[in-house]
Amino acid sequence: MADFGGTELDAFRAETRAWLEANYPPSLHAPMGEDDAPWGGRKMVWKNPDAKLWLDRMAERGWTAPMWPKDYGGGGLSKAENKVLEQELRRIKARPALMSFGVWMLGPVLLEYATDEQKKKFIPSIIRGETRWCQGYSEPGAGSDLAALQTKCEDKGDHYLINGQKVWTSYADQADWIFCLVRTDTSKKHEGISFVLFDMTTPGVEARPIKLISGSSPFCETFFDNVKVPKDQLVGKLNGGWDIAKRLLQYERQNISASGFGGGGGLDLVDVAKKEIGVDETGRLADGDLRARIAAHRMDAHAFALTVRRAEQESKTGNGPSAAVSIIKYAAAKMNQERHELMVEAMGLQGLGWEGEGFSKDELNVTRGMLRSKGNSIEGGTSEVNLNVVAKRVLGLLDHQ
Amino acid sequence: MAVLTEEQTMLRDAAKGWTTDSAPVGALRKLRDARSGQSFDPAAWAEMGQMGWAGVIVPEEHSGSAFGYLGLGLVLEETGRTLAASPLLSTALIAASALNLAGTAAQKAAWLEKIALGEAVATLAVDEGAHHAPARTALAATKSGDGFTLTGVKTFVIDGEAADLLIVAARTSGKAGDTDGLTLFLVPGDAPGVTRTHLALADSRGAARITFETVSVGADAVLGEVDKGWAVLEPTLDRAYAGLAAEMLGTANAAFDITLDYLKTRTQFGQVIGAFQALQHRAAKLFTDLETTRSCVEAALEAIDAGGDTRALASLAKAKASEVLHLATNEMVQMHGGIGMTDAHDAGLYMKRARVAEALFGGAAFHRDRYARLQGF
Repeated sequence: MADFGGTELDAFRAETRAWLEANYPPSLHAPMGEDDAPWGGRKMVWKNPDAKLWLDRMAERGWTAPMWPKDYGGGGLSKAENKVLEQELRRIKARPALMSFGVWMLGPVLLEYATDEQKKKFIPSIIRGETRWCQGYSEPGAGSDLAALQTKCEDKGDHYLINGQKVWTSYADQADWIFCLVRTDTSKKHEGISFVLFDMTTPGVEARPIKLISGSSPFCETFFDNVKVPKDQLVGKLNGGWDIAKRLLQYERQNISASGFGGGGGLDLVDVAKKEIGVDETGRLADGDLRARIAAHRMDAHAFALTVRRAEQESKTGNGPSAAVSIIKYAAAKMNQERHELMVEAMGLQGLGWEGEGFSKDELNVTRGMLRSKGNSIEGGTSEVNLNVVAKRVLGLLDHQ
Repeated sequence: MAVLTEEQTMLRDAAKGWTTDSAPVGALRKLRDARSGQSFDPAAWAEMGQMGWAGVIVPEEHSGSAFGYLGLGLVLEETGRTLAASPLLSTALIAASALNLAGTAAQKAAWLEKIALGEAVATLAVDEGAHHAPARTALAATKSGDGFTLTGVKTFVIDGEAADLLIVAARTSGKAGDTDGLTLFLVPGDAPGVTRTHLALADSRGAARITFETVSVGADAVLGEVDKGWAVLEPTLDRAYAGLAAEMLGTANAAFDITLDYLKTRTQFGQVIGAFQALQHRAAKLFTDLETTRSCVEAALEAIDAGGDTRALASLAKAKASEVLHLATNEMVQMHGGIGMTDAHDAGLYMKRARVAEALFGGAAFHRDRYARLQGF
């Protein structure tokens, strides 16, 4: 298995390595701060112009979406080639060229459900990072019960007219366009939902940031007041949006999970605990109770990483993410929350600073990171909904409703 | 499930077929009710030997198939599913591992073929108390002429009464707790001075307490090097942890499958109880744990096949398998309700085997401690 096509892959690796060495801007070797996140889009202010250069160079090769078809500007790479590319990017510790809901969520469903005209119109600008997208899913009355959504979309002959409100719209205030679930038939629940795309600068669209317990505002309330949308911006069939919505959620959960909700703010839990609590004469963490819980957590994290690896090995090309992804999303949220709580516990009150002097930046991030992690078991489908999905689709138990 | 080769798939399917037809849970019940004190049914073990399962990790020159630990893990998982009692773990995995790792040509020739053909039972005698603590070995081996004299007690030795060969961890220098100063010895099960007592455990397989009273062995009984036994014992134990974890994974999955089936058939309040969300979420969480445990077990077995440091993965596998089997058997009884508490139902057999397997070769706490030490805290 490992030998098959090895020669071509080796050549691809050599070529990729050489290209990366020639094209990765040296100034990006510095650690990436939160303000440096390369989200792209019309409102993006590039603090470091080299980050934009890196995006443009990668996009030119289609490598911001390496496995998408070349016809729409993607990289056209095979799974094996993509793996090589990922390895080579990791090797030089490259920053991501682009972070994008368009790449992670919208693009895959457009490739599956959109018309050729729609693909040509929307996909290349996702790949080039020119259009930043946001996700119009949740509403005040439709959270876990997403299909209860009520944002009204009426057929006005030559256009659609949208009225209603979304909430928890990630970065809506920064986004250029929205992919949005709307109600096109009020007589049915799931079969009355459609999937539409529109520009956030359309008259009648307003996004208001929501401040979270962590102090940051990654989410918005988004209001639609008589928003006119051209009819060719409906994706898939009228009233056929629920299938697309579910598919996109699978990609979203897969993406959240694969990252395990991101890093630990540069601090290692064991290092922190050793420093703050000390060790006994045999090198064991002096607090035996905390030590056991840290060990159990580390083992969970190890088991989780092995499971993500196994899922990758088992997944067959073309099938997309499976229902088993819900297991991973559930486990990832739990694990990330545990890690943050253990970090706070290991630091004591030093890990509960809110602002001002007496606390390092890392320490303040520990407090806020712990608070922010509470959303991990809510966003992208609550843990309870994920368990419902596993019970119904994987275990074959009856729908409890 | 790991991506399997065609041979591995065939091996697993053969094991599944045989355990289902010839070694179902009822066979263990029969073994228990016979009260013979035997830890397995010799006729069933003979069949397993004929099918080649005792030789899965034995090299071909000693009549084995050299299929590797992932392959043997597949068989262990299937025997775990039906609680099939056999010396597969003690003999085909642990003893064969120790001999493979450190045996001289003569030692291998004397034992490996017999093991591979299912003609000999062999086991590792390491623990001396109720808790797994390999470094705490105190059984003394003193130099005597060309050979050694062994005096001390080993306990909870699996398949210890049936064993033709005991691989005994003994102390040749240092003190209990030291990893230096240990030596492994090959001792015939019926050697003069060896007394074996049956310890009836809840799992109906039991174990043996083995007393060594000035047992004389020759210099050729040393497996590996004198005082350097840890170099053989530790990797042998890693194989034991991973192999037992594979068996436990099978037991936990079977307990879960039986329970899930019950959730889909038992009705109360006019509906199947599996329609209740409180039970669905517990089932889904247990399924999550079973899947992550599978990743750990397979990763440990693959790492052993690949060579290199397997310590952290082996402890990860055994700890996770212990945790998930504990939970799966508790949920099995609880979700079955009253019927799960009856001796007539299999749930009790699963729970009793679970608790013994959890404690054998170290429970979750032992392996968490070891994992933490390996990670430097």
